[in-house]
Amino acid sequence: MHMADALIAPAVAGTMYLCSGAAAGYSVKKVRQLSEPEKIPVMGVMGAFVFASQMINFTIPGTGSSGHLCGGMLLSAILGPEAGFLTMIGVLFIQSLLFADGGVLALGANVWNMAFYGCFLGGGIIWKQFMKKGMSGKKIVAASITGCILTLQLGAFSVTLETFFSGITELPFFVFLAAMQPIHLAIGLVEGLITSAVLVFIYEARPEMLWGYHINDSGKGKLSRKKTAAVLALSALIIGGAVSLTASAYPDGLEWSMEKAAGTAELEAEGKLYDKAAGVQEAVALLPDYQFRGKESAAGTSVSGILGAAVVTAVCISGCYALKLFGKRKETELKPEKGKKGHE
Amino acid sequence: MNKLQQAIAMLHEVDSEAGRSGDRSRIHPAARLFVNVLFILLTVSFHKYNMMGLLSMGLYLLITGIWEELSFLKGLKRIRYILFLIALLGMANLFFDRNIIFQFGSMNITGGMISMATLFIKGVFTVYAAYFLLMETGIEGSCAALGSFGIPKGGVTVVLLTYRYLILLLKEVQRMLQAYQLRAPGQKGIHIRAWGSFVGLLLLRTMERGKDVYDSMLLRGYGGEGLWKEAGSRQISSGLSVVYAAAWTLALGALRVFPVFQIAGSLFG
Repeated sequence: MHMADALIAPAVAGTMYLCSGAAAGYSVKKVRQLSEPEKIPVMGVMGAFVFASQMINFTIPGTGSSGHLCGGMLLSAILGPEAGFLTMIGVLFIQSLLFADGGVLALGANVWNMAFYGCFLGGGIIWKQFMKKGMSGKKIVAASITGCILTLQLGAFSVTLETFFSGITELPFFVFLAAMQPIHLAIGLVEGLITSAVLVFIYEARPEMLWGYHINDSGKGKLSRKKTAAVLALSALIIGGAVSLTASAYPDGLEWSMEKAAGTAELEAEGKLYDKAAGVQEAVALLPDYQFRGKESAAGTSVSGILGAAVVTAVCISGCYALKLFGKRKETELKPEKGKKGHE
Repeated sequence: MNKLQQAIAMLHEVDSEAGRSGDRSRIHPAARLFVNVLFILLTVSFHKYNMMGLLSMGLYLLITGIWEELSFLKGLKRIRYILFLIALLGMANLFFDRNIIFQFGSMNITGGMISMATLFIKGVFTVYAAYFLLMETGIEGSCAALGSFGIPKGGVTVVLLTYRYLILLLKEVQRMLQAYQLRAPGQKGIHIRAWGSFVGLLLLRTMERGKDVYDSMLLRGYGGEGLWKEAGSRQISSGLSVVYAAAWTLALGALRVFPVFQIAGSLFG
């Protein structure tokens, strides 16, 4: 996501320098107020750490590709947003000089796109809010993934805006946006996973190193099963009941391809077996085509969404319990009975 | 050579190049930073169709490269880092800007072709400028320049320490990766199961090192002052620095305003 000097107009570069400069000035003031002189060398070493760790490729299972660490979020989670932001500026400055990754003129824009969002939004708001009532592994994972996805999306959006205002390409704004956002959604997810893996490791080994950790945090504030279930149920209700109404009426990718290839989105099959199967489906389906039988209404779509979510959840839970039961049985079969020796 | 080895080689190269003596190192890094930033600023300010004007800015790079004895080939290699984004945006111009600007024989030259070419030239020139700046001043010199432009001491110290510890950590990562690869032959990258522990352990060791660094700095009398001052003030001639900055400002301004190549061509035409 590093912007190059060639891709930015002087006016845009100047504006971004002003924005990033204001954030840097605020950060310097805050770090001075903290009056922790030992933090400066730690910031330097942490900057080198982020730089070096970004050279490591993390294999993404099943894809054959690899991902990298999300520097801003990680630094904020350890040093705090202001110190993390200053450290990221150092990293970006060295990257622009040493590796031409970014540019001297575009530094203001790169600091804004990568450090500002990563540190102030990712660390200062998201991390802080998640850890407000205590720290836990699950919260670290949730905060890291949410933070990385959101900050990368905003960063990618800023790159598109800066490029658009620079007027260096004829590529339409929305075409460029449509290319940038989905790519960075995937990158954000992977970076979030990597960052969370590292932060959870630190939490298990040396939790006091994490920003916002307090000694009495251990065990406190962990998400209980009930709370997790309640949040998931509420999400299902909202998505199934309300968001499903906004679902696109256009055919999905597969239907579109079929329409192009065969002229219709629904292929007709002939034969006794097909007719019987269709009959069974017709008789069994409670809400055919996501509607009440014989009626088309928004309520039908909502009810089918909620009902679908409930049925899928029930199937998943039963499946899990069945697997657990099966696993336990297998385990007891393998274990020798009490009082009996393994080898007689 | 993999990415890590390239980075380590680059750091060694910067350290050896920036330590050269002679008249060249008598110019203050702040003057060099000023001239380079001015060059980049003027280069990117050219209109997307003004390719000839833009090309004339290359004279600065040509003169600096020869005078400073810098490798043009090594500088060109660095363009690959930004090539993807430049190519993506530049290629788009070919399709979205089809206005015919002029004809070259029987071939129509469109606005998209020219704007794509100017984008590439801007990319190459700005990358060269950053490379030359680094090779002329080194990171310590750049930090001295930042310090003299009023950047807060804490921020500049962080940059300098990041650079100084970079080589140590890169070598540490290289060792860890080598050890990992020996235990997982044929595997590309770090497996998902080791994501946390691999980088986490590196982080823990880094933090320990950070603390040791601070303790040793205190023992050597560190009191919060800038570490770059001494490095930036060796053999510096203020007069030469001012002349250097003023001369290049005038020259670059002239290259930006006057179509130098066209004027030179008209002399023979």
